[in-house]
Amino acid sequence: MIRVLLPTAPIDVAAELAALEAGGAGAVASFTGLVRRDDGVEALELEHYPGATDAALLKLAEAAAARWSLLAVTVVHRVGRMLPGERIVFVAAAARHRAAALEACAYLIDRLKTDAPFWKREETAEGARWVEARATDDHAARRWE
Amino acid sequence: MELLYFAWVRERMGRASERIAPPPEVVTVADLIAWLRARGAVEDAALADASRLRAAVDQVFVGLDAPIAGAREIALFPPVTGG
Repeated sequence: MIRVLLPTAPIDVAAELAALEAGGAGAVASFTGLVRRDDGVEALELEHYPGATDAALLKLAEAAAARWSLLAVTVVHRVGRMLPGERIVFVAAAARHRAAALEACAYLIDRLKTDAPFWKREETAEGARWVEARATDDHAARRWE
Repeated sequence: MELLYFAWVRERMGRASERIAPPPEVVTVADLIAWLRARGAVEDAALADASRLRAAVDQVFVGLDAPIAGAREIALFPPVTGG
């Protein structure tokens, strides 16, 4: 089962994990990304490309499901405005055994960072700035090719 | 065709979308960027650094050398920063 969501409200990790655990898997692994409390960031605005974002996340989830024979994949990415400490992204994989679930999670978050059309804008006391893409993210994504 | 802009490309262009009808000699995304830049000072400044621009044709990520013939929707945006 593949589940892709783009909520503007906070991500309910407990509910997402419970749904995955109910599917009869032997292993569920997950990654949660949070808005960092650093650099004077007071809020984060997440812009995305409606339509294309959903398609990119679905394609990513399907690729992970096929590559690791997953029983279920969940990808949730928050959009809109959020505060430091809040969850921005959640990916999870359910598999028969732990290695597939853990590897699939690393793949999902690495590839999401380069393959899905999201843009972060940080709000600070001095004003707002668009976050620059990082070369280390490209390297992390390429190791799965 | 419909042209969409995101993030700082949208801010610098001063609009999120527009309908355009480029001439036949505009073959690739790079040609389209050059054609847009020639339309005015705002466009010229916003799209000046092609190394910081990415594109999607009909919602699929492509290189700037990709053809645009027959496209319904083209998006121009900075490198993505989600996750």
